[in-house]
Amino acid sequence: MNNALSVASIVIKELYRRKDFYVLFVLTAIITLLMGSLHFFNDDRIVRYLKEICLLLIWISALAIAVGTSARQIPAERENRTIFPLLAKPITRGQLIAGKFLGCWLACGLALIVFYFFFGVISVSREHQWAAASFFQALWLHWWMLGVVVAMTLLGSVVFAAPSSNGTICLLIILSILLLGRHLNKVAVQLAEPMSGVVSAVYFAVPHLELFDVRDLVVHNWDPINWLICVGATLYAAAYAIFFLFATWLVFRRQLVLRWQPGCSPGTRVGRAAALSPIACWAS
Amino acid sequence: MPAQAVTTAKLPGMKPILKIEDLVVEYRTREFGQRVTVAVNRLSLEVFPGEVFGFLGPNGAGKTTTVNVLLGFVPVTRGAAYIFNVNVRDPIARQRIGYLPELTYYYKFLTAEELLRFYARIFRIPRAEIGPRIDEVLKLVGLDTARKRPIKTYSKGMQQRIGLAQALINEPDLLILDEPTSGLDPIGRMNVREMIQRLKSKGKTVFFSSHELGEVETVCDRVAILHQGELKATGRVSDLVEKYKCNLEQAFLKVIGYEPGHE
Ligand SMILES: Nc1ncnc2c1ncn2[C@@H]1O[C@H](COP(=O)(O)OP(=O)(O)O)[C@@H](O)[C@H]1O
Ligand SMILES: [Mg+2]
Repeated sequence: MNNALSVASIVIKELYRRKDFYVLFVLTAIITLLMGSLHFFNDDRIVRYLKEICLLLIWISALAIAVGTSARQIPAERENRTIFPLLAKPITRGQLIAGKFLGCWLACGLALIVFYFFFGVISVSREHQWAAASFFQALWLHWWMLGVVVAMTLLGSVVFAAPSSNGTICLLIILSILLLGRHLNKVAVQLAEPMSGVVSAVYFAVPHLELFDVRDLVVHNWDPINWLICVGATLYAAAYAIFFLFATWLVFRRQLVLRWQPGCSPGTRVGRAAALSPIACWAS
Repeated sequence: MPAQAVTTAKLPGMKPILKIEDLVVEYRTREFGQRVTVAVNRLSLEVFPGEVFGFLGPNGAGKTTTVNVLLGFVPVTRGAAYIFNVNVRDPIARQRIGYLPELTYYYKFLTAEELLRFYARIFRIPRAEIGPRIDEVLKLVGLDTARKRPIKTYSKGMQQRIGLAQALINEPDLLILDEPTSGLDPIGRMNVREMIQRLKSKGKTVFFSSHELGEVETVCDRVAILHQGELKATGRVSDLVEKYKCNLEQAFLKVIGYEPGHE
């Protein structure tokens, strides 16, 4: 645990020292402030509409942060070869993965707190009422959903070689789950048998991230959902995150630290040639 | 000169600190079907406490692969390797070793001090000792004045020195250095050589790979020569030189079967 926390603290340090993180944060802050300054706020429907847009922006930025940071972690360690001195220390690969996960997830949590804080302050100052419990539930469930997203992206990053393609693939999968996930079972009913079975299997297998989307509670200042359901959703997210992390560990554990070393893959022949002629290497 | 004198320098009753037994490492490359490259073939060696051991061979000989096995980065195909009598598959084998990789960038966004603190925490060095330890290794490698600068501002030589600093942070008994002088200028090389000598005088064991024979001659107690994954010779530098009746470089070329004038 100590090792995982050390790795996590490095992940978070990197995030706040990188510029692109600030860009997202500043962007959201500006938009939130802009909307807050609009004077149409005395019309109920417009207020709701603006809150919806704000929350949508928060969701998109948070997804971008979660996928962007976690897709990069392990490939960057490999590319810069920082993974060599790290794994040469008494740290297991499981601890490394746990640390990367914790770092990304906690960073997402911090970003969410900042986003929701801005959003909360502005909407309260305009509406003069605050459904605190619903607000907390929206934040909480959002954070746990990002836990699943981070774990899933980490798994992708050890399965797919290129970090950018992994990021794109993960974003596509996550967006399709969010948008289509709840309709899959209805689609399945309308399809012919082999496909219908496949679609319902997918419906039961994928993590239903859309369940964690309770933005409506905040938009309409509704009462909080049953706390037991909230706890259940948390456990559901934890189970999926653990499953993905376990799968990441299974894959990563058996991998070479570097799948291709310089002077190896295409250079295998180069390496060979140099081995046969010592002059070639003394000259270098 | 009997051949045995060249192959071992074992003192009676001394336990090896590093032991490689009949090691075979194969890489499987996916391209062109399942092609197998044998990077290390039936390698056995022992390194004893207090020795400076040079692991020599031309590029592609399998030096980095062997070092990677010692650190648990590459799975062994057959055979085994032990450090302090612990199989290298066990992470605890790495508690008392320091390792300098062949070519590495360190976390660019951290300062030297933060990087060392991070590694010190993984070694579970007690909190109160971390500060003095960092001061000590930074002074030793001469990065004292740059300790608060992010590593991305470092030159290549400074990068290599922070590498040495991280290898020394846990006061290791065994140092494994993979081509510690490659890519350094003459002054940098001399610094590394001096460092190795200083570590030796403190009673540390150093295992380092190299293809620079000049430096090996001056610092090593014993050497092993590897070629195409196979061990061609081991022994004291002086014994090798005596056996082949020439300097180390020529002995090296003879050992790996290279005849000048051919090719
Ligand atoms: N990850 C890898 N995949 C496939 N082949 C590899 C890999 N790493 C090294 N090799 C091959 O193994 C042999 C030994 O390489 P290496 O240990 O790097 O040699 P050295 O460090 O002595 O220059 C070379 O033929 C090299 O091409
Ligand atoms: Mg090498």
